[in-house]
Amino acid sequence: MRSGSRSPLNDAALAVSGLNHAWGGKPALRDVSFTLAPGRFCALLGPNGAGKSTLMAVLTGLIRPAPGVVLVAGQDMGCAPRRALAGMGVVFQQPTYDLDRSVAANLHYFAALQGLTRAEADRRIAEALARLGMAERAGEKVGALNGGHRRRMEIARALLHRPRLLLLDEPTVGLDAPARAAITAHVHDLTAEGIAVLWATHLVDELRDSDDLVLLHRGQVAAAGQVGAVRGAQPLQDWFLAQTGAAA
Amino acid sequence: MTALRAATAILTREVARFLTQRERFFAALVRPLVWLFVFAAGFRAALGLSIIPPYKTYITYETYIAPGLCGMILLFAGMQSSLSLVNDRESGTMRLMLTAPWPRWFLLGAKLVAGAAVALLQVAAFLAIAAAYGIRFSPAGYLAAIPALVLAGLMLGALGLFLSSRVRQLENFAGVMNFVIFPMFFLSSALYPLWKMQESSPLLAMICRANPFTHAVELVRFALYGQVNLPALGWTVLAGGLFFALAVWGYEPARTRPARGEG
Repeated sequence: MRSGSRSPLNDAALAVSGLNHAWGGKPALRDVSFTLAPGRFCALLGPNGAGKSTLMAVLTGLIRPAPGVVLVAGQDMGCAPRRALAGMGVVFQQPTYDLDRSVAANLHYFAALQGLTRAEADRRIAEALARLGMAERAGEKVGALNGGHRRRMEIARALLHRPRLLLLDEPTVGLDAPARAAITAHVHDLTAEGIAVLWATHLVDELRDSDDLVLLHRGQVAAAGQVGAVRGAQPLQDWFLAQTGAAA
Repeated sequence: MTALRAATAILTREVARFLTQRERFFAALVRPLVWLFVFAAGFRAALGLSIIPPYKTYITYETYIAPGLCGMILLFAGMQSSLSLVNDRESGTMRLMLTAPWPRWFLLGAKLVAGAAVALLQVAAFLAIAAAYGIRFSPAGYLAAIPALVLAGLMLGALGLFLSSRVRQLENFAGVMNFVIFPMFFLSSALYPLWKMQESSPLLAMICRANPFTHAVELVRFALYGQVNLPALGWTVLAGGLFFALAVWGYEPARTRPARGEG
């Protein structure tokens, strides 16, 4: 088994090799391969319909990959999905909180789902809320928070069990420009703590030149590398449009 | 231990959400109470009941349908819990649960137990109102009814869980409710004893006997009189196990499939 031996794939926070998937015979992902190093911010860039959501579904185990295709910190999602899932935090595109329950209750629910003890959960939740400047809002219902705060809460929640990999599926959808910029900066900062981030988006202004990039187009990896290197002298937006044509 | 924590969290969330949604609690209670106070009063004259086990004396029609109405609450609750699952899946909270690092059968089982707990709260409230109305059972009967109600609730919840795995959208669920709840309820011993049905139509009586809901109701009915109806117990457990197995199968993650002609 590949997960048993040390190799560059095992050292990666996330390694995908030769991933294929079809919906009813129609290919959605074709031979997708890339790796994400620890502490790196990697944008999964692609126009709508490029296969980002399907790829996210496979990476989070909602569609189970074949053995050896998806490794999360060396754990094979195809053979040992629970161990692979334990090492990742996920922020889904759709909201996944209970609006009618408090911020603390939502966070506690997730912490317990991950198996954290009450005391440990209390400590980490207090820490996370303090870091977000939301300590005094713990008792408020999530429905009372604005979109940006809800997203921040979801990101904090996805990190409660201290995963080394954070997956975010178009996390800024529906947010206004300042909230979008704040969330993007916040998640970039997380990489300083060694967390690897895979950020699915179709918005190029969320990327920095120092970020990694995997361009998904029509289910295939059309380009990969550091943003600054792949775009060359072109503005990223122009490069993106040139790569994906009218679809962007 | 950590698994238990996860299961408890699922249970707590379900109960807390139920308690905050007062209108849901109210609706769940009004339905059987209308049947008890209105339907049963009107129907009492039309239906003569003979003495059949577990009854040892003539009983009022209200007394006869009380266990059936408990079953009705469990049936609606089971379907409602699965309705919330379809809703959870559309909103993404289901994804959150399914990406927790536990086996899927365990997470679904926790969800099932949570749903049954909520259903039990509703039945308890109903039985309390029924008692105030004069339909009382012995303390031993109430006590014996608890495990029976739990089993019946789990079986009907498992059915709902299975249905929710097959239904992709909320709109489609309304149809399932009509095609599942009403036939199950009316083709059972909840409102009329099976011998009455036999007189009208042997075929319908046969369908009633095959209906797991009939067995759930009979299990509760006998338990309320401190008796165990073994065949009803067996069928309820069997049906519950089967529905749960189907639900786990229904929630199995899809697997990646290459397009035809590709690696």
